[in-house]
Amino acid sequence: MAKIIIERDKCKGCLLCVSVCPKGLIIVDKDLNQKGVNPVKFSPLVSRIPSKARQVNDECLGCSLCAIMCPDCCIEVYK
Amino acid sequence: MEKIFSRPKSLRNISTHYCPGCGHGIAHRLIAGVVDELGIRDKVIAIAPVGCAVLAYDYWDFDCTEAAHGRALAVATAIKRVRPQNIVFTYQGDGDLAAIGTNETIHAANRGENLTVIFINNAVYGMTGGQMAPTTLLGQKTATSPLGRNAQREGYPLKISEVLSQLSGVKYIERTSFYSPQEILKAKRAIKLAFQNQIEGIGFSLVEILSPCPTYWDMSPQKAMEWIANIMIKEFPLGRIK
Ligand SMILES: Cc1ncc(C[n+]2csc(CCOP(=O)(O)OP(=O)(O)O)c2C)c(N)n1
Ligand code: SF4
Repeated sequence: MAKIIIERDKCKGCLLCVSVCPKGLIIVDKDLNQKGVNPVKFSPLVSRIPSKARQVNDECLGCSLCAIMCPDCCIEVYK
Repeated sequence: MEKIFSRPKSLRNISTHYCPGCGHGIAHRLIAGVVDELGIRDKVIAIAPVGCAVLAYDYWDFDCTEAAHGRALAVATAIKRVRPQNIVFTYQGDGDLAAIGTNETIHAANRGENLTVIFINNAVYGMTGGQMAPTTLLGQKTATSPLGRNAQREGYPLKISEVLSQLSGVKYIERTSFYSPQEILKAKRAIKLAFQNQIEGIGFSLVEILSPCPTYWDMSPQKAMEWIANIMIKEFPLGRIK
């Protein structure tokens, strides 16, 4: 069991975290944040990326790859 | 559940002015993390550059000062000589370290000053509008090389880390990058070593980081990372140089 918490109002929407999550658990939020950009949101269990939809286990691994990649330090990881 | 990844204490909890996907934010976090891990927060003094990272002193929660464009290593030399008990590092872009500041850089390195240098190579002048830098790749389009850098006209990308590695005063140089989480962790290890070298009195240590500037490369943040991985590292090979 693991999870991430994204500070939505600090997110600039660069989507680098989306590109590295091995489970495809980070998706774009269609609601704007305070900065006026579409931030990302954590969407565990249901993978929304078609190529990754076949993953059997869509739980967060707590691998921290998203947090390591985030240029704005918006992601905390819990395991 | 336990928190396994969070903001380093030495990094203030405020939003930076950097563009989305800019590598400066990653570099700031890595340095803050290393400062925390080495327990040197009350001893460290940063010299912020002129360039997009000019406001770095607003983001790090430790002592910082500012130098005129390119002069960071001259200022660092003075501070380290007056206060040898402090851990002094410069944070410089390629325009700062390898263009206007080449003189200060080469002589500080050649004197073997016991300093740590974090060198952010994004192959352009970011702050002033994406002009060509000495590190711009051949063929790369910038505001001042709109048809792509041409060797006949503008010379070749300057490999300043390789140049510096020839100097006897230099003890450690490594080139790293930010194109993947694995590479970011390698960059962090190199930064830590460069600080440890100073603590142990080993001498001049520099970490070059190939860092994305999506805005002036005219790419999405993800494409910029791919460009580093596929194109930039061919001109600037990664690994330990000295
Ligand atoms: C003495 C002086 N000359 C020129 C400038 C204009 N100037 C400001 S930032 C910059 C280049 C910055 O490029 P780089 O060091 O690569 O950092 P980046 O912005 O790409 O992070 C220049 C030429 C200045 N501020 N001071
Ligand atoms: S212009 Fe380039 S270097 Fe400057 S903040 Fe934007 S992405 Fe970063």
